[in-house]
Amino acid sequence: MLAWTIYISFLGAAGLLLLPKGSVSSARIFALLTAVIGFGITLIYFLQHRTGEMLTITRVPWVPTLGIEFHLAADGISLTLALLTGIIAITGILFSWNIEERTKEFFAFYLLLIGAVYGVFLSYDLFLLFVFYEIVIIPKYFLIAIWGSTRREYGAMKLALYSFVGSAMVLIGLIAAFVVAGAKTTSLSQLAQFPFSPHFQMGAFPLVFIGFAILAGMWPFHTWAPTGHVAAPTAASMLLAGVVMKLGAYGCLRVAMVLFPLGLGPWGFHVLALGSWRDVFALLAVIGIIYGALVALVQKDFKFVIGYSSVSHMGFILLGLMTLNQIGISGAVLQMFSHGSLAGLLFAVVGRMVYARTLTRDLAALNAMNLHKIIPFAAVTFVIAGMASMGLPGFSGFVAELMILIGVWRAYPLLALCVGLGLIVGVVYVWRAMQKAFFISSGIESAPPNPPLPPITMPERIGAVILIATSVLVGLYPQMLLNIVVPALNSPLFDGLRKGSWQ
Amino acid sequence: MIAINNAQLLRLAWPEIIVVATALIVMAADFLFLHRFSTHVRFSLAAGLGVLGCAGAIIRILFASEIANIFDGVLISNPLTHLVQIAVLVLTIFTLLLSVDSAFTQHVGEFVLLLLVATTGMMFLAGTQDLLVIFISLELLSLSLYILVAFNKSSAQSWEAALKYFLFGGMSAAFLLFGFSLLYGLSNSTSLPLIAAAIHGPALNPLLVIAIVTTAIGFGFKIAAAPFHFWAPDVYQVAPAPSAAFIASGSKVASFFLFFQVMALGFAGTEGTAVLPNLVRGWVPVLALMATVSMLLGNLVAIRQSSLRRLLAYSAIAHAGYMLLAIVVHTQQSLDALLYYVVTYALATLGAFAVIAVVEQQKGDDQLSNFNGLCRQSPVLSFCLAVFILSLAGIPPLAGFFAKFYLFVTVLNATPGSMGLLWLVVLAIAMSAVSLYYYLRVLKRVYVTPPAVGVAAIRTPLLSQVILIVLAAAVLLLGCAPQLLLRWIEAAVRVSGL
Repeated sequence: MLAWTIYISFLGAAGLLLLPKGSVSSARIFALLTAVIGFGITLIYFLQHRTGEMLTITRVPWVPTLGIEFHLAADGISLTLALLTGIIAITGILFSWNIEERTKEFFAFYLLLIGAVYGVFLSYDLFLLFVFYEIVIIPKYFLIAIWGSTRREYGAMKLALYSFVGSAMVLIGLIAAFVVAGAKTTSLSQLAQFPFSPHFQMGAFPLVFIGFAILAGMWPFHTWAPTGHVAAPTAASMLLAGVVMKLGAYGCLRVAMVLFPLGLGPWGFHVLALGSWRDVFALLAVIGIIYGALVALVQKDFKFVIGYSSVSHMGFILLGLMTLNQIGISGAVLQMFSHGSLAGLLFAVVGRMVYARTLTRDLAALNAMNLHKIIPFAAVTFVIAGMASMGLPGFSGFVAELMILIGVWRAYPLLALCVGLGLIVGVVYVWRAMQKAFFISSGIESAPPNPPLPPITMPERIGAVILIATSVLVGLYPQMLLNIVVPALNSPLFDGLRKGSWQ
Repeated sequence: MIAINNAQLLRLAWPEIIVVATALIVMAADFLFLHRFSTHVRFSLAAGLGVLGCAGAIIRILFASEIANIFDGVLISNPLTHLVQIAVLVLTIFTLLLSVDSAFTQHVGEFVLLLLVATTGMMFLAGTQDLLVIFISLELLSLSLYILVAFNKSSAQSWEAALKYFLFGGMSAAFLLFGFSLLYGLSNSTSLPLIAAAIHGPALNPLLVIAIVTTAIGFGFKIAAAPFHFWAPDVYQVAPAPSAAFIASGSKVASFFLFFQVMALGFAGTEGTAVLPNLVRGWVPVLALMATVSMLLGNLVAIRQSSLRRLLAYSAIAHAGYMLLAIVVHTQQSLDALLYYVVTYALATLGAFAVIAVVEQQKGDDQLSNFNGLCRQSPVLSFCLAVFILSLAGIPPLAGFFAKFYLFVTVLNATPGSMGLLWLVVLAIAMSAVSLYYYLRVLKRVYVTPPAVGVAAIRTPLLSQVILIVLAAAVLLLGCAPQLLLRWIEAAVRVSGL
């Protein structure tokens, strides 16, 4: 039944193309309905799932010659991220209610992307996972290149090529692992149990990890992220930051770390005080956190601020993974969920509520408009989202980042201090953007926009409320997610990781 | 020596005989009865007859096939040769149907005749392991193709390309013949397995080295591998669309199968190795080098093209590079992968040329700018083009992706325990990342760029539309369920024991 999240999204995409020409509003409702059904199915499974078991959804032979199976399964981690996908899918459609140009195609590409994302999160066969992972690239390209804004064709191509290079690296690693293990199966659990030689793992781990981490926005491979986010239409930025970047992080955890746990072990020598790939990636993650925050601090374009903040927040996730302790990794999964909903919300405010009305994202120009008087709902939403993003208690970001910090403190006390610095800068850039965008500075001539801006519409309000509610709910009761994430991390799948280098 | 059994010989050659007979009937019918009708009617009837003939040959192969091997491989009939022959015939059928809507020539009978004769050549190529028959059928194929390229008599460029193709082709035939004659001199036999048995030895004979290199060069021309690719871009660009499609699809299938057979059977025992860093002399390093150059040159030069046909030509060079990897490792599994790859590649290329044919007829030529905003002028056409192009790029769930995946797996799997050929796989995967760039640029024009002002909707002839949808569906289906074709290929390869 859970597999229908994938099928229904693909069928919805096909169905949209069959709608008669010019049916704009029916296309929207159709797309929304599809997304809601997908979310509903996920929610049912999410609520029923308590035990930490691995729930097999479908398992049929696909290409018996190579032992490839069409194997979908879900554990706590996949369900959490599938739920996030459902939420982002619904709100993304709500925030694209204003798409008038080629509406059918827009939602068709959108649903295709959503279906493939569900597919990645639910795949338990590496070949299948990779298939879905690559399907994501094409709709992503067209969503940005057709409906995007600033330098859209450049941003879209850059994004597509970065993703493809990343997946090429993953493909090399996967084929090598598949062949070394005897070319008999692509099942994740069976390959995870295969004793790859430490030497092989040392080589394959960084390849696959970086391949996925490119999509997760790891510094210095993050440069596609800000340009891509800025060029993308609102719903696509929400998807990009909300779930697509999580695909990368999920791949790092689910594929790279599970298949090649020994790749995280020490090299046996030190280069610049770095003694393992784990150290390298932890350092890169911290650089990403601080770099993203500092760059966000000096942006003139409102959307770039959010774009770089995504890089910074994704750094937390990668750092959490590299702590290799339970609290750090479960914090990372929680942060995936939390950042997914918050980044979605922030991009919605910037792209839909502000930019679609004012047609400028220049912070100085926005400052003069004194927007909190004109569109107070947007201002309030941004303040709340900003607070959540800074990591104030009561929101999901707080719990997630706290857990990661505790994990880091145990693993890398020195880096924890640097992360603290990143957190402080995080407060500052949000504050600065908030003030510049919505509250007029003293001494500036107020220049209200002309003609007056249209008011915030109902779909936008609903979307914003859903995302805020999600964040608050998880912030107040994180056990809701942790109850299923932690058992999943203790499942046999992660045995290699726990026995190998777990602390 | 076995007594010559003419009856058996005739029985085995039935499929070819059917095709040749059809060709002659078409020619005669066109001369005697059809010449007073319009070109379109003539083309429809001639192509219809041709399709019937090919279908008859397929039915004959499917239902009355036997396993035989006459005179040490002069004529071979087994599931594998049947498979290749059927693939070639199916591609010919598509080409014939595709030519129905074209209007580049008045000589309908001759055109269909040449197509069918070329098909006969390919069928014989698939069904032999004898140097002489190989050479004769290769010439039969090539000569027909030269004329097919020059068929548009009103275009001087078409002449130029055909002449270029002819000169290069003639030269490659000379190389091939030279190599073959050396092989014969070394082994006193024209049968591939016997040659292999004779030339097998610990050290490479210098003459054998020359034979290897000249044979590789000869086939390199045929499959348009760099650095012997010079004819390809011109031919692809100016040949009539059905001819170009035929050269890019059917003849690729036959040539690659033959190349694999000649190298793996005829030169067995003189492989050498391409495992870095300890290369061993033999034909494998030669082909590995050819593959490397093809992948690099094809993909990098394709980026700069402004004509879709030229772009496909360079991408064909790149794909030839990937497919050469299968010959480099020459295991049973890699033959599976090669056949799967070349068949799905042929389907996608054929489809792309079908789209080009439609667009050219309405807009004059195949410049990329003519594809601007195609999706608003003809959604079906552009969707099919997207399927073909993305399959060529190797995006799942299309056939091209599984073909690449399987090919790379077999390359690595050929040297289990060592990652010796990893460098070739890494290069191939890196280059396919490059290829995504130029393929996406085509699709960008189709889907993103707005159409030029005042361009009417594109009218796709019904038949072309049906062919396109069938091809696109096939590419999608083979991608989603590779086992459909793979099971068949595997069984055939196992039985034939190649």
